[in-house]
Amino acid sequence: MEKDQNNILEEVTQGDYKYGFYTDIEMDTAPMGLNEDTVRFISAKKNEPEWLLQYRLDAYHKWLGMTEPTWAHLHHPPINYQEIIYYAAPKRKKELTSLDEVDPELVATFNKLGISLEEQKRLSGVAVDAVIDSVSVKTTFSETLEKQGIIFCSFSEAVQKVPDLVKQYLGTVVPSDDNYFAALNSAVFSDGSFCYIPKGVRCPIELSTYFRINAANTGQFERTLIIGDENSYVSYMEGCTAPMRDENQLHAAIVEIIALKEAEVKYSTVQNWYPGNKKGEGGIYNFVTKRGICKGNNSKISWTQVETGSAITWKYPSVVLMGDHSVGEFYSVAVTNNYQQADTGSKMIHLGKNTKSTIISKGISAGHSSNSYRGLVKMTKRAENSRNFSQCDSLLLGDKCGAHTFPYIKTENKTSIVEHEATTSKISDDQLFYCNQRGISTESAIGLIVNGYAREVLKQLPMEFAVEAQKLLSISLEGSVG
Amino acid sequence: MLSIKNLRVSINNKEILRGINLEVKPGEVHAIMGPNGTGKSTLASVIAGRDIFEVTEGEILYKGKNLLEMPIEDRASEGIFLGFQYPVEIPGVSITNFMRTAVNEQRKYRGLDPMPANEFLAKMEAKKNLLEIHAKLANRSVNEGFSGGEKKKNEIFQMAMLEPALAILDETDSGLDIDALKIVANGVNKLRRPDNAFVVITHYQRLLEYIVPDIVHVLFDGRIVRSGGKELAIELEEKGYEWIRAELV
Amino acid sequence: MDGTIVANYNIKDTLLGLWDDNSARICMNDSARIKELRKESIRIFAQKGFPNTKQEKWRNTDLSKMLNHPYNFPLEPDLENVDLNEVFRCDVPGFETYMVAQYNGWFIDRGNQLKQAAEGVIVCSLAEAFVKYPRLIEDAFGKYAPVADNSLTALNTAFARDGVFIYVPDNTDVAETVQMVNLINATDGVFLQTRNLVVIGQNSVLRLVQCDDSIDDHIGFINSVTEVVLADNARLDHYKLQNKNDRSALINNIYFHVGAGANLSTNAISLNGGLIRNEANVTLNGRGGHADILGVYLMDRNQHIDNQVFVDHAQPDCTSNELFKGILDDHASGVFNGHILVRPDAQRTNAYQNNKNILISDKAVIDTKPFLEIYADDVKCSHGATVGQLDSEAMFYLRSRGISMENARMLLMYAFAAEIVNKISIPQLQLRIDDLVKKRLRGELSVCDQCVLHCNAKEQKVAFEIDMSKI
Repeated sequence: MEKDQNNILEEVTQGDYKYGFYTDIEMDTAPMGLNEDTVRFISAKKNEPEWLLQYRLDAYHKWLGMTEPTWAHLHHPPINYQEIIYYAAPKRKKELTSLDEVDPELVATFNKLGISLEEQKRLSGVAVDAVIDSVSVKTTFSETLEKQGIIFCSFSEAVQKVPDLVKQYLGTVVPSDDNYFAALNSAVFSDGSFCYIPKGVRCPIELSTYFRINAANTGQFERTLIIGDENSYVSYMEGCTAPMRDENQLHAAIVEIIALKEAEVKYSTVQNWYPGNKKGEGGIYNFVTKRGICKGNNSKISWTQVETGSAITWKYPSVVLMGDHSVGEFYSVAVTNNYQQADTGSKMIHLGKNTKSTIISKGISAGHSSNSYRGLVKMTKRAENSRNFSQCDSLLLGDKCGAHTFPYIKTENKTSIVEHEATTSKISDDQLFYCNQRGISTESAIGLIVNGYAREVLKQLPMEFAVEAQKLLSISLEGSVG
Repeated sequence: MLSIKNLRVSINNKEILRGINLEVKPGEVHAIMGPNGTGKSTLASVIAGRDIFEVTEGEILYKGKNLLEMPIEDRASEGIFLGFQYPVEIPGVSITNFMRTAVNEQRKYRGLDPMPANEFLAKMEAKKNLLEIHAKLANRSVNEGFSGGEKKKNEIFQMAMLEPALAILDETDSGLDIDALKIVANGVNKLRRPDNAFVVITHYQRLLEYIVPDIVHVLFDGRIVRSGGKELAIELEEKGYEWIRAELV
Repeated sequence: MDGTIVANYNIKDTLLGLWDDNSARICMNDSARIKELRKESIRIFAQKGFPNTKQEKWRNTDLSKMLNHPYNFPLEPDLENVDLNEVFRCDVPGFETYMVAQYNGWFIDRGNQLKQAAEGVIVCSLAEAFVKYPRLIEDAFGKYAPVADNSLTALNTAFARDGVFIYVPDNTDVAETVQMVNLINATDGVFLQTRNLVVIGQNSVLRLVQCDDSIDDHIGFINSVTEVVLADNARLDHYKLQNKNDRSALINNIYFHVGAGANLSTNAISLNGGLIRNEANVTLNGRGGHADILGVYLMDRNQHIDNQVFVDHAQPDCTSNELFKGILDDHASGVFNGHILVRPDAQRTNAYQNNKNILISDKAVIDTKPFLEIYADDVKCSHGATVGQLDSEAMFYLRSRGISMENARMLLMYAFAAEIVNKISIPQLQLRIDDLVKKRLRGELSVCDQCVLHCNAKEQKVAFEIDMSKI
C-alpha cells in the first residue's frame, strides 16, 4: 500500500509543462554580456531621457560593487552574467495601433497561453498588457481607461508620456542598491507595466500583464510601477510563462507599488515560468524584488501569489506600512516539484500606528524539491497598537522533498501584537481512503486535497485568475495535462 | 448482490475476522450487531477496500465480480458506499466540490459524461430536501468543524447523492441524539428500493426501531454466531450480549 | 559617541598567545585524540575568531562590548583568598542536593561524599577525571560538541581544563539531585572556559541543577560548554538557573545526545544577567527518544537574553517539545532562535516549538525566529511565536474584583511564567523557583550573595494578597 501510494505520488507529481512552446518571431537583440555599453544601448533603444540613463548607470556601478546573496536556502551553479542577452525585442516594422496588426505568431502564442487578446478584450473586460521578453507588445483597453484618467501602459511608453510621474516614484520603494538583483534590474530593465490611478478613481476593470520569455539566452528584467493616488482602487494581475529550454534563464524583476492616502492596490500573480525538466535541467531563475509602500493613512496593499513555476524562486513581496491605520496582506501558494527550489515569503515593516498585516503562506513540496518560507515582521517603536498574524503551512508529498520555515519577528514596542503559527503535514491515508471510497481516484483526490489546502489563498485571487490557478496547481502536481 | 465466503482477516498478524459468511440480496436490509471490538467495523472496511487489513482466506463476490481485486475507487463506482463511523476532515474542500468530483468520477467510470453544473446543483438541493437537511452544506469544507451529528447527516447526504447499490453504514447511529437519528433513519428508508441493499452496523437496537431490518446478524469474536429476523435484535436488547457469550461457552 | 575613548583590547590575539605559551601545560593529561582535537580547535578559533553580528546566528547578540575588556584568563586555580565557609554559608534548607561548586571556573573539593559513590556514580572535577578516569574521558570528551562551526565551542575545547564530570553507570537511579554551582568572584574580571561532561548510562536516571551566579558586580565572561550523553532509555531532568550581574556575559553551550528511548527534560530559567546566551543543542539519535526543552526569562534594565535551541531529529519516531516564555521590561532585549531539523529518514517525527513574549516597556525589544527545516514527509511539526502584552481583558477582570493595577500586572506576569515553572518535576525545586519568580517580578531579587537558590536567612516571606493557585 505504502509503496503503491508512493508510486502514484511519483506519477502524479511528474506532470509536464504545457507552456513550453517557442514562438518563432524575428527578434532585435543587444549583444551578449553586460557592460556600460549594454546599459547605454538599452537606454538608447528606448529613447530615454538623460536622467534615466544616469539612474541606470548609477545602478550598474553599484551592482559592480555588490555580491550575489547566499543566505537563501537555494543551491544553483554560479550565474555567468556575461552570457546573458540583456535586451531582446520582437522586430516590428511599424507602430501597432490595433490588435489586427499584431504579429500573427504572437497572437497564436497568446492563444496557446489561453489568453487570446481578442477574447479577453471582448469577454472578460480585462485590460491586458503583454510583455514578450523585454518589450511590451500590446496594451488593450487603454482608451477606455484613459477616459477616467487612468494610465496603464508599458513602462517605456510611460517614460515618454509621463516622465515626471516616473521620475517622482521610480526607485522610491526599491532603491537601486536595495539588493544585488534589484541593482541589476535597475541597470538593465527593459520594459514592464506602468499604472497610475488618479485621486478618487476606482479602476472599473482588472488590469493585467502577461509576461513571457521567448528568446534563447535571454534575461528578462521587467520593471513595474503602480501608483494608487489618494482614495483610489485598483486590482492588478500578472501572469508569466516561458518556453522549455535546456539552459537556465534569468529573470530579475522589480515591482514597486505606492499607495497614497486611503488608496488600495491589490496585486495578484500567477507565476508559471518554466520549472526545468524532471531531472532539474533548465528552467528559469526567478530573482524578484516586489515591494509596496502604504504611504498614506488608511491605505492598503495586498499581494497574492501562486508560484508554480521557475527552477529557482527568490521572492519576498513586502509592504512598508508607513501610514497610520494602513493594511498589508500577503497570500501565497508555492508549489515545488521535481528539482524546483523556492525561497519565498514576505516582509511586513510596520512604521505607522494601528497598522495591520496578515501573512498566509501555503507551501506544497513534491519530488526532490525544496520549499522555504522566509518572512520578516517588524514592529518599530512608532508602530503602536499594530498587529500581525502569520500562518505558514507546509504540505509534503513524498519523502524526498524538503519544507522549511524561517520566520523572523522583531518587536520594539509594547502595544503591538505579533502572532505566528506554522504547521507541516502530509496528506493522510484516511483522507485518501475517504475520497477513494467515494469513487475518486488517488490522483484526483490529491488535486482536490491540495486545492482545498490552498483555498484560503486562492479565494483572494480575482475570478479570472482563480480558475487558472486551480488548474495550474493540479497540473503542477498531476500527470494529466488538463 | 454481495456474497462473502469464509472471510478471514488479520491486522499486524492478529486475526480479527475468523471466517465470515454473508449473503446480501437486492432489496434487503441487513443489520450486524455485536459488542465493541468484535470486528464489525473491520468487516465494513474490508468490503470498502481499506488496505491496512490483510485478507488471509476467503472471498467477497459483488455482483459476481471478485471484489478483493478491485481498487477502492472502482468498488465505489460499482456502487458500494461506506458510511464512516468517524468521517475524516478535509480542510478547504467544499462539499459541493467534493461531491461533484465524486459524482463525475463515478460517471466517468460508467462511461457517462460529467453531470452539467445546474443539474448537479438541482440534485444537491433535491437530496437535501429529501433528507430534511437545512444546513448550508454547499460551502462548508468536508466534515471540517462539523459536530458529530452533522458528520453523520453528511454521510447520509453523500449516500443520497451517489445512489449506491450497496450501502454499508458503520455505526451511523453512534453519538446521535434522537432527532438526528430520525433524520438518518428517515433518509435510509426513503432511499430503499427493490434494487439496492443496506448493511447497517450498530451497537444498539435503537436504530433498528426506525430502520426495520430483514435479517439480523450477531457478530461475536470475528464470527457471525447467530442470524435471524428482526426479533433477534429485540431479544438481544433484552438479554444483552452476555447472553450470547454464555450460550457460546 | 559621547567623546570617551574606547580602548580596543584584542582578546583573540591574547588568547592565541596564551595558547602558544601554555599549550603543553593545557594538554598535560590529554590522550593523543584530545591533544589533536585541541589543536584543531585553536586553529578554528584562530581562523574564525569571536562571533560577530554579521553572522546569521549572532545578528541580534553583539559580544563586542563585552569582549572589549582586559580580562584575566586564570590557567590555574587561585583559592588562597577564598573563605570556603563564607561562600557556602548554607545549603538550601528543605532541598536536599549534592552540591558541587566551581569558583572562578575551578572545581572546589569540599570533601562531601556522594551517597551512591560505592555504586560507581562519579561526580568530580573534570581535571581530576582526566587523570583518574582517562578511559571515560576518552570515550566522550569532545565527541558531542562539534567545534567546526562554533568558534566559541572551539575556543572552550582548546582551553578547557576544569569543570564538573558526572558519570552514572547503567541501571542506576541517582537519588540525590546534583547541583552544580558556578560562582564568579573576581575584582579584575575573569574570562573562563568552563567545561562539563555528563554521561548517563542505559536505563539510568539523573536530576541535575546547574546554577550560574555572580557573587559581586564585577565584570566577567564565561564561555561554558557542557556535553551530556544519555544512553538508551536514560532519563535526565536538567535545570539551568541563571542569576548573574548586569556586567557579566554568560555563554552556555550545551550539547545533549539522546539515545533510543531516552528522555530529556531541560529547563532554562534566566532571572538576571547582563548578557546571557543559552545554546541548547539536542540530537535525538535513537528511535523513541524524547526531549522537552523549556525556558523562561525575566529581563529588565539593559539585560540581554538569547536562547538558541537546535533540535536534530536524526532518527525516526522521536518527539520534541519546545516552549520558551519571556517577559522583557525597561531596555531589555531578547532573542529566541529555535531550529528543528527533521532529517530525511526521521519519519513519524513529532515536533512542537513555541516562543511567547510579553513586552512591558516600549524600550524593550524581542527578536524571535522559530525555524523548521524538514526533509521527511510523515511528520507532525508545528511552531508558533507570539509577541504581545498582558491580556487587557484579564487585567480588567482582576481590577473589577478590586485588585490594584500593580498587583494585577504582577499576577498576570506570574501566571504567564508559571506555565514553565509548573513543569519543574522536583517539587522542592519548583517551590524555590516559584518563590524566585515572584520575587523577581516584585523587583526584590537582584544578585544575591549566595547561589541562585537564594538560601540566605535574610530572605523575606513572599506573600501575595491573592491565592496564586487560583489564577
